[in-house]
Amino acid sequence: MSINQLFLPVALLCAVACAACDKSKTPTAGGELTVRIGSVAPLTGPQAHFGKDNENGARMAIEDANARGVIIAGHKAHFELLSEDDQADPKTATIVAQKLVDAKVNGVVGHFNSGTSIPASKIYSDNGIPQISPSATAVSYTAQNIKTAFRVIANDSQQGKALGEFSTNTLAAKRIAVIDDRSAYGQGLADEFIKSIQASGAQIVAREFTTDKAIDFTAVLTSIKSKRPDLLFFGGIDTQGVPMVKQLKALGLNVKFVMGDGGQTPKLLDLAGSAAEGVYASLPGRPLEKMPSGQSFAQRYEAKYKQHIQLYAPYCYDAVNVMIAAMQKADSIDPAKYLPELAKITHGGVTASISFDPKGDIKNGVVTLYQVQSGKWHPLYTTDAEALTPAH
Amino acid sequence: MDTFFQQIINGLVQGSVYAMVALGYTMVYGILGLINFAHGEVVMVGAMVALSVIQLSISYGLPPILALLIGLMVSIAACMALGYSIERVAYRPLRKAPRLAPLITAIGVSMVLQTLAMIIWGREYHAFPSLLPNGSHVLFGAIITEVQILIILVALAMMGGLLLLVHRTRLGRAMRAVAEDPSIATLMGVNTNSVISTTFMLGSGLAATAGVMISANYGIAHYYMGSVLGLKAFTAAVLGGIGNMYGAMVGGLLLGLIESLGAGYIGDLSGGFLGSHYQDVFSFFVLISVLIFRPSGLLGERVAERS
Repeated sequence: MSINQLFLPVALLCAVACAACDKSKTPTAGGELTVRIGSVAPLTGPQAHFGKDNENGARMAIEDANARGVIIAGHKAHFELLSEDDQADPKTATIVAQKLVDAKVNGVVGHFNSGTSIPASKIYSDNGIPQISPSATAVSYTAQNIKTAFRVIANDSQQGKALGEFSTNTLAAKRIAVIDDRSAYGQGLADEFIKSIQASGAQIVAREFTTDKAIDFTAVLTSIKSKRPDLLFFGGIDTQGVPMVKQLKALGLNVKFVMGDGGQTPKLLDLAGSAAEGVYASLPGRPLEKMPSGQSFAQRYEAKYKQHIQLYAPYCYDAVNVMIAAMQKADSIDPAKYLPELAKITHGGVTASISFDPKGDIKNGVVTLYQVQSGKWHPLYTTDAEALTPAH
Repeated sequence: MDTFFQQIINGLVQGSVYAMVALGYTMVYGILGLINFAHGEVVMVGAMVALSVIQLSISYGLPPILALLIGLMVSIAACMALGYSIERVAYRPLRKAPRLAPLITAIGVSMVLQTLAMIIWGREYHAFPSLLPNGSHVLFGAIITEVQILIILVALAMMGGLLLLVHRTRLGRAMRAVAEDPSIATLMGVNTNSVISTTFMLGSGLAATAGVMISANYGIAHYYMGSVLGLKAFTAAVLGGIGNMYGAMVGGLLLGLIESLGAGYIGDLSGGFLGSHYQDVFSFFVLISVLIFRPSGLLGERVAERS
């Protein structure tokens, strides 16, 4: 094939692609006000199942807003979702963040991981674009002294404290082993957990590590077994928790197994089967059935996407709606104008009544503790309420 | 001492898995001098195809062991076909091209396979049904499950069978001839193309078996499972001496043992200064040390650079 033959189709493709992107960059179309909201989550790679769940939640909010017809500054607003894949990778996260900034988004919902939300937040902050993470729980995300970073979920300090108190008080653990996956989330949560354990006087007998891609943990588990712990905490996500819980049973390591929100998913039940029985995990927020409108949301979600909610879809839905509510209040889609409204908003969402503290954390974030009982996540108690049922 | 034996067993199981996959890398390299980076993805395809077939067979009410066997057979056949096509489409047209070109197509094929698998089987992690007996035995105070015993046995059988094939059969002789010099082999009446295709099919069949064994052991299958595994197995092949089949086995087992002992003892030995997250650092440190003193790997032959 000669250079010209090769070049022509490529040139044509480029022309078409440019025409397409030019069209999408037109800010208004026929009296309508186009509002672009970015959604970033890992849509490929080992955490893709969470990422798609987040995107679905955001998409549902966007479609609802378009259906109900939001009027901002006298125009009917047309909301567009720009969904990007950060592959749960901090480097890619900054690239897609810049891409969204260049596409002139009015706000961003994401990212999914703490490790990606933090580096991306710098780019959004430099460009004055509000960012609401539905799921990043690392304390440092909102502790950077930037004005554009918000989250609609309790942070790891609250969650680690709840998990630590649960382990030492309710489960009466004395010798505790800790593993984390070295991600910003896993490590952050494990550190907060350890802080809370040390305050209680229980002993940390082993502190081990893995990576967020490993599936074989027999070596660290064997090493932990020789330290005779009575409880093992894993700071990581469900798909690694499953092989871990299976391997610790195969190795005859008889401990209570506790995870954070990364483990509290239907996927864990599905993948681990009977091995999941007795596993403990926490989840920021309330059980779906105790959320203000959790059940109707779950029904609509399942009817629309023909799958169960993984975890954060309702938080993503709320994050988009909080952003839209702030735009309505400010009567502007200009980030500089609606950002101050976002900081002081009170919005009745699916997951909770949402308002932010000066750092951008959700006010009154609560954490619920669960245990797998007869193949289901059974809520034990929520930190702001009486115990629903005593732990076994 | 129990802990030490347990770490040895952990290492042997992990090492057998690496060795099974490393054999595929080393066979192709031995014959073509090409690193088939798509090999890890073939392992993944093997696991996913087996999973679909097993789910289908079970829904027709077949007994678990039969379902597993059918799954394994279908997945071996599918991967052999895949291996043949990969060679035919991505490597054969480039056989006379500079060596970097097929390396790039290999990476391309790996991405294509991964993305296709993501489209076909979705982003979800799948539970791989546990169809094998899940009892366990105590050996010198260490626990080993029956699936793990099976993995070690299958790996040994695969290695033994492959050695017999290469050293005792007509096809094996043809493979060795092509490895030595493809053009002379052609002059001697060896059908080079068909030998190379057969090598790819054999390697892919082994990859399918490895994929099924790994998924059965961890109880999980996922479109992304091939990439990390492929990288580790490639490391094992280089450690043992890429191109040498004994090297792949030794390298695989050694890498498994290094990882497990490294992760198990590095924290205690360094007084908590280095933790188990230095597992990979430790493995690659060993790899680099070996390569400094033996640039062609532990069992690699010192041969002049092939054209």
